[in-house]
Amino acid sequence: MSEKLHIGVSPHISSPRTTQGIMLDVVIALMPALIAGTVIFGLRALLVVLASVISTTLSEYVFCLITKREDTVTDLSSVVTGVLLGLNLPATAPIWQVMLGGVFAIIVVKCLFGGLGQNFANPAITARVFLLVSFSGSLAGGAIPRLSRAPDLVAGATPLSILKDGGALPSIGDMLLGLRGGAIGETCIIALLLGFAYLVFRKVIYPEVPLVCLGTVFVLSLIFDNSFSIALYHLLSGGLMIGAIFMITDYSSSPVSRVGKMVFAFGCGAMTYIIRRLGAYPEGVSFAILLMNVLSPYIDKWTAKRPFGGGKV
Amino acid sequence: MRFFLPGVHVPHRKTTADMPPVRMPAPSEVVIPMSMHIGKPAIPVVSVGDQVFVGTLIANKDGFISSPIYSSVSGKVKAISEVTLPSGAKTLAVKIESDGEMTVDPAIKPPVVTTKEELVAAIAESGTVGLGGAGFPTYVKFSIPEGKSADTLIINGAECEPYITSDTRTMIDKSDDMLRGISIICDLMDIKRVIIGIECNKKAAIEKMRELAAKRPEIEVSVLPAVYPQGGEKVLIYHTTGRVVPAGKLPIDVGCIVSNCTTVAAIGNYVNTGIPLVSKCVTVAGGAMREPKNVIVPIGTRISEVFEFAGGFSEQPYGIILGGPMMGYTVDNTDVSVVKGTNALLALTEKEMKPKKETACIHCGACANHCPFGLNPAAFMKAYRLGNVDELARLRVDICMECGCCSFICPAAKPLVETNKLSKAKLRAHLEEKKKIAEASAEAKK
Repeated sequence: MSEKLHIGVSPHISSPRTTQGIMLDVVIALMPALIAGTVIFGLRALLVVLASVISTTLSEYVFCLITKREDTVTDLSSVVTGVLLGLNLPATAPIWQVMLGGVFAIIVVKCLFGGLGQNFANPAITARVFLLVSFSGSLAGGAIPRLSRAPDLVAGATPLSILKDGGALPSIGDMLLGLRGGAIGETCIIALLLGFAYLVFRKVIYPEVPLVCLGTVFVLSLIFDNSFSIALYHLLSGGLMIGAIFMITDYSSSPVSRVGKMVFAFGCGAMTYIIRRLGAYPEGVSFAILLMNVLSPYIDKWTAKRPFGGGKV
Repeated sequence: MRFFLPGVHVPHRKTTADMPPVRMPAPSEVVIPMSMHIGKPAIPVVSVGDQVFVGTLIANKDGFISSPIYSSVSGKVKAISEVTLPSGAKTLAVKIESDGEMTVDPAIKPPVVTTKEELVAAIAESGTVGLGGAGFPTYVKFSIPEGKSADTLIINGAECEPYITSDTRTMIDKSDDMLRGISIICDLMDIKRVIIGIECNKKAAIEKMRELAAKRPEIEVSVLPAVYPQGGEKVLIYHTTGRVVPAGKLPIDVGCIVSNCTTVAAIGNYVNTGIPLVSKCVTVAGGAMREPKNVIVPIGTRISEVFEFAGGFSEQPYGIILGGPMMGYTVDNTDVSVVKGTNALLALTEKEMKPKKETACIHCGACANHCPFGLNPAAFMKAYRLGNVDELARLRVDICMECGCCSFICPAAKPLVETNKLSKAKLRAHLEEKKKIAEASAEAKK
């Protein structure tokens, strides 16, 4: 043997899955929502998302530089956070607030807890809540769709606030297309479902996780609102769809086992409905997910699998 | 309906499945290690200069868990010296210079087997060990301890590791030997049920095994999903019978004996001809091989000679593996012998071995959700790095069979199997220490 042979511990082959590949898949899955958001709310929407991505990526880069850690920008996780945060803000959001949110998401929520995989809460969701609480004037509610077909739409009103305060609701067709008030990426249900299908196809997420969450909200609404159409509006409005598909499926802030993930999804759905119905805010998804993030380690503990042929863990 | 245990979808790459094995010519010399099985190494009974034939006893088994060794060529014993095995262990080895004749020992005759005891003795004498790769002396499995009984014999034809097709070829080409082996075991051991477990991607082998099943009422063929590690002993038992082997117990504790299809064929062949285990069908494959093929190799042949027989390398291999890519051993040179348990020699390219860069754990749970035994390798890693032995014990790292699913699937390329091995060793050492302390304090109290 002239050249050296590679020596290693088994297994000697590995799956093509990489962290970078998974993150890229999530970014790809978010593209339909970004395109739809740009069409519905105008180029300003694209600007918001871009500002968010630049802010998150730069924050990660600078943090690695300052703390003399290996540059982890290439794993694309900060891009995912950036796109998600941007899509969760209204197209009218002031750019400096968007960028502040990006810095908060990466530095405070992710890096200070140890970086990728160590954060207990979803960075994008936490940053959204941070912005929502800090700048409720400019960020609560949603932008008015550029393409709206409903002339009597109240400025800034979202279907959820209409459900709560009364008013004319957009049609179900408009809800599916995303022609309603709300954050950039959360309104177009069809685009989000495309992303969902892609993630399931690429085996990035388990399909039952979003389905359990959505199903929980739908069933609770059926029971307590006693109306099929209100239940349907609950399902299609606010950030529920984007939250169920892209937020509660976040690896690092959700439980490990499949059963645990389902319990987590159920909790997110139930909390969302409770906050929407009883809370002061019309929207509850972000708070629900944040709350469940905190419970995630406990769910992990309760749902740990029984080792094959072994006793209890 | 039983749920199948999780696992991973490995690339099969079984390019040699349709290639009947070819016998390679006598090697110039063989180096036969005395430790080709789990248990005590065999003790050489020949000395330098002795004339030996194919099938001549060269080493006796030492103790209960051990196996005798026979010469694989005819020729003269040249040396008895220490060698290093691919696992890193050192052992004695008998070097025999071949005369190129491959003359079979004239003293060989088929054994007389009419009782259970004679069968177990014959299996012991045949030098057969678990040929799926584990190398556990086969006769020990058939020596059923007092108070235990076996009602089911499971024949392992899963062959779930990528590349390897030597078991597939056994099932296709040596079904007669398999039937002989199964028949004598059933008749003398009072076994009521024989299940041949095969992954669904081996159509020709399944057909052949169904023919066997038609010949004996005890035999049934269980076609299983092609999910790695289907051939893992406890996995196979669960999937074919629904029985769960408790941690730390053996298949016999749930009434099962599991034997690889090639092992059963070796038993059948020995009972029929009296020729012990002296050669092995080895799959020589991988992207760096010029002519991948199945080769019948005398045990002790240097792998360099086997590679040469298979046309040599088409490019410099990135790595060479003895056994499958999921559980085999890499070697740093080709001056290593084919042993009883060798079922494949792989020369892989860099592209095939695809070393990924290790990155941070993203908590995706793939390792835990793909572990056949429901373990959590990421948690093992955390506990191991913290030196938390109690946590390792609580998480049951001892159950891990090191199948490799976790490392294979991990997107962050964490060395999970490596950590599992280290954790198991750490836990074992800790428990022994604890035992010693308990014994010492009991002693002191006296």
